[in-house]
Amino acid sequence: MTTMEAIGPRPKRALDPARIMIYSVLIVAALYYLLPLYVMVMTSLKGMPEIRLGNIFAPPVEVTFEPWIKAWDTACTGLYCEGLKVGFWNSVQILIPSVIISIAIASVNGYALSFWRFRGAEVFFTILIFGSFIPYQVMLYPLVIITRELGIFGSLAGVIFIHTIFGMPILTLLFRNYFASLPQELFKAARVDGAGFWGVFLKIMVPMSPPIFVVAIILQVTGIWNDFLFGVIFAGTQNFPMTVQLNNIVNTTQGVKEYNVNMAATILTGGVPLLIYFLSGKYFVRGIAAGAVKG
Amino acid sequence: MANQDRPNPYFRNMNAKVAATPMILTTMIVFVGCSLWTVIYSFSASRALPVNEFVGFAQYDRLFNTSRWNKSVENIAFYGIFSLVFSLVVGFVLAAFMDQKIRFENTFRTIYLYPFALSFIVTGVVWQWILNPTLGLQEAVRNLGWESFTFDLIADRDTVIYALLIAGIWQGTGFVMALMLAGLRAVDDEIWKAARVDGIPKWKTYIFVVIPMMRGVFVTTLVIIASGIVRLYDLVVAMTAGGPGIASEVPAKYVYDFMFARANVGQALAASTVMLTTVLIILIPWIYLEYGKKKG
Repeated sequence: MTTMEAIGPRPKRALDPARIMIYSVLIVAALYYLLPLYVMVMTSLKGMPEIRLGNIFAPPVEVTFEPWIKAWDTACTGLYCEGLKVGFWNSVQILIPSVIISIAIASVNGYALSFWRFRGAEVFFTILIFGSFIPYQVMLYPLVIITRELGIFGSLAGVIFIHTIFGMPILTLLFRNYFASLPQELFKAARVDGAGFWGVFLKIMVPMSPPIFVVAIILQVTGIWNDFLFGVIFAGTQNFPMTVQLNNIVNTTQGVKEYNVNMAATILTGGVPLLIYFLSGKYFVRGIAAGAVKG
Repeated sequence: MANQDRPNPYFRNMNAKVAATPMILTTMIVFVGCSLWTVIYSFSASRALPVNEFVGFAQYDRLFNTSRWNKSVENIAFYGIFSLVFSLVVGFVLAAFMDQKIRFENTFRTIYLYPFALSFIVTGVVWQWILNPTLGLQEAVRNLGWESFTFDLIADRDTVIYALLIAGIWQGTGFVMALMLAGLRAVDDEIWKAARVDGIPKWKTYIFVVIPMMRGVFVTTLVIIASGIVRLYDLVVAMTAGGPGIASEVPAKYVYDFMFARANVGQALAASTVMLTTVLIILIPWIYLEYGKKKG
């Protein structure tokens, strides 16, 4: 070290020890968070002989895409060996109607709660919010009976029904808070012009709310895609979503465990919510923060 | 419609009521109705199917004499306390560091939060692989020359719970960090200026001024993660399937297994009622706090 630093004004906040400490902690934490992603990708690109050498952190010597093809196309998920693609399409079939129906219902709920308060509305809303903290296990068996009576147990309709119910608290909260932040004058002006309940909603509220619909869609797509419990109980064997199939591939295979195929399957399953997360940054944060903002 | 002069109050605001029907049905039938049904039938002698023969606390008696259930409760308590303390402390420290006008803030945040976008199944499967005792982290370190290195948390019944903790904390701390950061950003700049003028060191300002101010954020975060912990299920299924033996069983898995695999509905209902009671113990003081505040 020379005495060069004495010359000129000290660069502001360059690298004092406190800053170095802060950055080192943040970087070490970032490495811990990134490690599983790195391991997933590296393992999925290796052949089994290379994996058996036991260097989980080493990059592949010979890159192969075989595990990805196998995971998608031929890996065994229980009785069938048709790969994860079956689960992928099942998840898509569950996802699209669940997202549309749950958001349609919850947005109307939120709208009614912010502009058309009727007696008892707040009571129902409060029960709805606190109901979302009840462990799902408490309501499972009666819901099995209800869906069975409705004739939708073990079907796509059954699992969509369940997702719509359990998406309702958070989505209603989200929409209620958003609509409540819109100016009341807007609502009154539309009412003076003769618009009714649905008129105000469709012509004024919905066109004003694309951001909150985006937040709701992100919340629901990641939530429903990641669901395991409802899929395994209510969807029926032929409609098992991707998470269930992934678990079957990894945890119930007979014979040799193919870790590279497992990791490829894991990336494929996590890929959808990850993609949404990386593309939607601030909306995702808004969605999860909505859960913490009280009504 | 019958008497136009005096509309029946039940038909006033009719559209809103019709629109809110799904919400009303969900709250009354699912959240209230189904929960009550479960509590009531937890006192029945139900086996494969629910029956109307009520036997008092017999199911609970049996439940708390089952070693698997007691182990489940012990596990979830241990897991809960550790992951609550750890994710709150680490989440807050990370958020406080992120709040020092650092560079690449968005990059760091993206990295800390991405596991939260992944399912517990994906999380469990990845960590099961990393912690694999024969080919995972342990073997990689041994191959570097440290032959006696031992890190087989997942295979040992005494330590498997730590393996679940590593994975669970990895998945959830970013969420806590994001909430804490939002809380920190809501703290008025004037407070920081005042503290600086008074010459109070930064860490003291955090502990004695900022954290007490953020009480609301802490309590809300605590309630959200605590009620998430009670229903911990997927992670265990994907990572350890409750093993080795019953070493990593949890209550939610007990409910599922007795309800669907073992056809012992009575036990499952009693177990889920205990879970419900736990959540109410967490929730009721919180509701009280929230509502007390609104009135005052």
